[in-house]
Amino acid sequence: MADDDANYPDELLYHDQHDWARLEGDEHAVLGITWYAQDSLGEVVFYDPPEVGTAIDKDSSYAEVESVKAVSDVIAPLSGEIVEVNDALEDAPEKINEDPYGEGWLVKVKLTAPAEAEALLGAEEYRKLLEKG
Amino acid sequence: MTRYTSATPADRAEMLATIGVESSAELFEQVPEPLRLGRPLALPDGMSEAEVYERLAALAARNADAEAQVCFLGAGMYDHYVPAIVDAIIQRSEFLTPYTPYQPEISQGGLQAMFEFQTAMSELTALPVSNAGLYEGPSSVASAGYLAIGATKGRKRFVVSRGVHPHSRETLATYAVGYGAEIAEVGLEDGLTDAAALAEAVDAETAAVFLQSPNFLGAVEDVEALGAAVKEHGALLVVAVDPMTLGVLKPPGECGADIALGEGQPLGNRLDFGGPSFGFFCGSEELIRRMPGRIAGETDDVDGRRGFVLALQTREQHIRREKATHNICTAQALNALAATIHLAWLGREGFRELGELLVRRTAYARERLAAVPGVELLHGAPVAREFALRLEAPVGAVLERCAERGIAAGYPLGRDYPEYEDGLLVAITERRTREQIDALADALGAAIQAEAGELIGHMPNNPPEEA
Amino acid sequence: MEMPLQRERAQTIFEKSKPGRRAAVLPAVGVPEPPLEELIPARLLRSEPPRLPEVAEPEIVRHYNRLSRRNFDLDTGFYPLGSCTMKHNPRLNERVAALPGHARLHPAQDPKRAQGALELMWLLQESLAEICGLPYVSLQPSAGSHGELAGLLLTRAFHADRGEARTKVLAPDTSHGTNPASVTMAGYEIVKVATDERGGVEMDDLRAKVDGDVACLMLTNPNTLGLFDENIAEIAALIHGVGGTLYYDGANLNAVMGHSRPGDMGFDIVHVNLHKSFSQPHGGGGPGAGPIAVSERIEPYLPRPQVVRRESGNGSGPSFDLDLDRPKSIGRLRGFQGNFGVFVRSYAYILSLGADGLAEASETAVLNANYLKARLAEGRAGKHLPVAFDRHCMHEFVLSGKPMKRELGIATLDLAKRLLDFGFHPPTVYFPLLVEEALMIEPTETETKESLDAFAEAIERILVEAEEDPEVAKQAPYTTPVRRLDEVKATRKPVVRQALRD
Repeated sequence: MADDDANYPDELLYHDQHDWARLEGDEHAVLGITWYAQDSLGEVVFYDPPEVGTAIDKDSSYAEVESVKAVSDVIAPLSGEIVEVNDALEDAPEKINEDPYGEGWLVKVKLTAPAEAEALLGAEEYRKLLEKG
Repeated sequence: MTRYTSATPADRAEMLATIGVESSAELFEQVPEPLRLGRPLALPDGMSEAEVYERLAALAARNADAEAQVCFLGAGMYDHYVPAIVDAIIQRSEFLTPYTPYQPEISQGGLQAMFEFQTAMSELTALPVSNAGLYEGPSSVASAGYLAIGATKGRKRFVVSRGVHPHSRETLATYAVGYGAEIAEVGLEDGLTDAAALAEAVDAETAAVFLQSPNFLGAVEDVEALGAAVKEHGALLVVAVDPMTLGVLKPPGECGADIALGEGQPLGNRLDFGGPSFGFFCGSEELIRRMPGRIAGETDDVDGRRGFVLALQTREQHIRREKATHNICTAQALNALAATIHLAWLGREGFRELGELLVRRTAYARERLAAVPGVELLHGAPVAREFALRLEAPVGAVLERCAERGIAAGYPLGRDYPEYEDGLLVAITERRTREQIDALADALGAAIQAEAGELIGHMPNNPPEEA
Repeated sequence: MEMPLQRERAQTIFEKSKPGRRAAVLPAVGVPEPPLEELIPARLLRSEPPRLPEVAEPEIVRHYNRLSRRNFDLDTGFYPLGSCTMKHNPRLNERVAALPGHARLHPAQDPKRAQGALELMWLLQESLAEICGLPYVSLQPSAGSHGELAGLLLTRAFHADRGEARTKVLAPDTSHGTNPASVTMAGYEIVKVATDERGGVEMDDLRAKVDGDVACLMLTNPNTLGLFDENIAEIAALIHGVGGTLYYDGANLNAVMGHSRPGDMGFDIVHVNLHKSFSQPHGGGGPGAGPIAVSERIEPYLPRPQVVRRESGNGSGPSFDLDLDRPKSIGRLRGFQGNFGVFVRSYAYILSLGADGLAEASETAVLNANYLKARLAEGRAGKHLPVAFDRHCMHEFVLSGKPMKRELGIATLDLAKRLLDFGFHPPTVYFPLLVEEALMIEPTETETKESLDAFAEAIERILVEAEEDPEVAKQAPYTTPVRRLDEVKATRKPVVRQALRD
């Protein structure tokens, strides 16, 4: 995908380790990795989802995404408990590349500290961060 | 002296000029002065090729190899016949001199060889996934321990049968210090793993149970029956096997093993005083992402041609670094190729036939030797190619006498098993003819008698004669 | 246009099988042949033999000969893989390794009857001790990583013997992947140390990280950038100051043999790759050996058994033995004594070169590397593939393809693939991680000047090509037995064995 395919939806929140969060109501969020992250990684060949019920901490790794030549830690933008995982990725991990914000979602969490969302970046700020890097 | 370099003074002058220095000493200036050796190495001067050959030949002449002495030594490595085509093929430059296949387009020879090896070992063990090999048998056992800890999410206990090769048990213990794992040993009963004790020893903290069949005493274990206790607690069943017996013995994959591994030397590799050989490592499909070592995988190129690459590299140290499934880089690829060639040479029928030959000659040898006065079986369990005896004379002295007759009669069990101080392990290969077995029986009989004679000779009313 | 080898579809030996064909003729059994079930209970017997191929000998030979031609190898061409030391593999070494006295000697033979083998091992130990500058050597480890694990377990035993339970091991960010992998296997936590702008260890970062919880620092010197760390004495003092051990990854020993010794640099434990500096052939991925040399204070923990030399006392000359009586030993790392066949070859190599030859090998390795670096810098590579650290290198150097990518639109990977068409094995790519689009080049001492010139010319041509049309390199290679392979497919749905119909 060429750089002009890069997109960062405005309605999402972003973490500087290249992960996104979509808030759903006050207590839940869906998480994934950004277009930049999947582009850097290359074609994803393997993703092993964490188990439902696992506690995840903001800024810590909760899973790994693998391409042929690299492994990337997936960083949690927010703390919470995993309530749902995207099982479809087991057979079709390439969805993370093709549709990182839609079918490539990784986990859904019940938030333990919703206020953490305030520390996240908006789409514009995230784009600026990428330009600098 | 032999240097294998070609830089003449003229070459050097040109090269130094291009670099822009007066002498190569300038290139070494980055080595601080106090750290420069400043003297020649205290080693002899280099020698001509002919002189090196003489020196090495002189050293070789002081070894009683299997051409000098009929070899009944086993204990994991065996004097099998390696067909001449193995040497011819592995000595080819194209197999001998390349590096690990990091550029697959020009390494299809090596990668396909790995793929064929993996197929062969998978067939032998009846487990779907094989890697391309590890160093040798005992460290492969230790590597299985590392896998089991990861696969059981951090359990740190290993249960090991005393029938597992002493070198494997010791190596596992050495590595276990790094893993932070503890080891519980289960003893033997009549040459076989004590099933009740095994069931007792396995618990919810056990990551893996290690068995060997045939075990170190040559006894064929009932892996399937022993394995039941293992599965109950969710531990991994790891079985070390002698690959040469897999033509006739039920393979570990059909006995419930999660991992089958072992010493590969009997396949295609010389004795070489213990190495290089290779370890094989096979497992169930679920374990593929935790496997140690290289794995060759099949794929296509941009034009649709069938080809092979190193697969699942994210397991390995060069990508995964501290989280790798193992630290191995250079393994034993050429030795694994030798095994594949040997297996192709034996073929489906020949491999089975060889296994049957071993079982029958072993049975003959065991019967013949047990009939020798002063010799009895250490255990009566079924055997495939190696068996254990008890001698009524000091084993060391008996071996010495047999050696004087040009026979290496076997492995003294007392080296590793204090409880079998009087034990002797005798190994059979297709090179051990009936005549040689009969000669061994004679030699053992004579040796034991002579030792008894010595003893009688030293009884109080029979003082030893003056030398 | 398809090349001849490309037209041949890859077929495994299994696919060439035809029922009824065979190669082996086995000896007659010669003893009674009761049914197997009488000897071994039926439930322990195999019902169906493994589906090994059924092929006759000529077919086997032809198969593997043709297969071998799908490999590029060192005997055929230049193989400048960084830190792999692809130097010539002398055939004398194969001849002596095949002598029956070495090749057909059983490892469990009575040491009294294996004196030639044990003496050879002892002589090799002594030679390596002199080369490394450390007095005690164990030949047991089977490869470099095995040596690393040994070194870390020795470190652990060393600290435990002093009542300490340290948890961390330091290693530079340029270290080979085996280093951190070994650290984890030995039960330690890896802590990375930064590299400074000269290419050596960042001393401030090191000082900040060295404390009483650090068990060991793992280094190679020269490092994977091919640069000698001039601060090594201070580094050694720092780590010894907190009671830690200093470990030397011997992968780059070829740069300093006979000129500088890791023992003198302050290292406590050194592993040597016999398949690198000591000419053991790589075999497509082994066998090798990774013997370790250690200092006095580490000696008690060496693996068991150790080869020792004993004076006889009765005037009949020294004898050699396998010493198992080592109460503080970390134990065994593998079966029997180690890769003896590799020891034979390496010892023959050391005898061949001698003191003078070993020092000359290093000197020529360093000369060749600096020459090639300078030749490349004279051409377009000077602009597009600049050297990562602008100073004299030792036996290897690292270039960065970052400008090339930006200016010409081809990555280091594409350059490597195009080199295949020119008949060269590419250098190591994308390592060390510190350098973007890295290309690590180690020519070794056994290359002629013409070989180095030819390589420099090939790089020049590829860069000229890329200036005109980057697509040429991006679609390369064209002439190899297969072209670029789909690694994604191989990893997503791994097929790791030949499927067979029953």
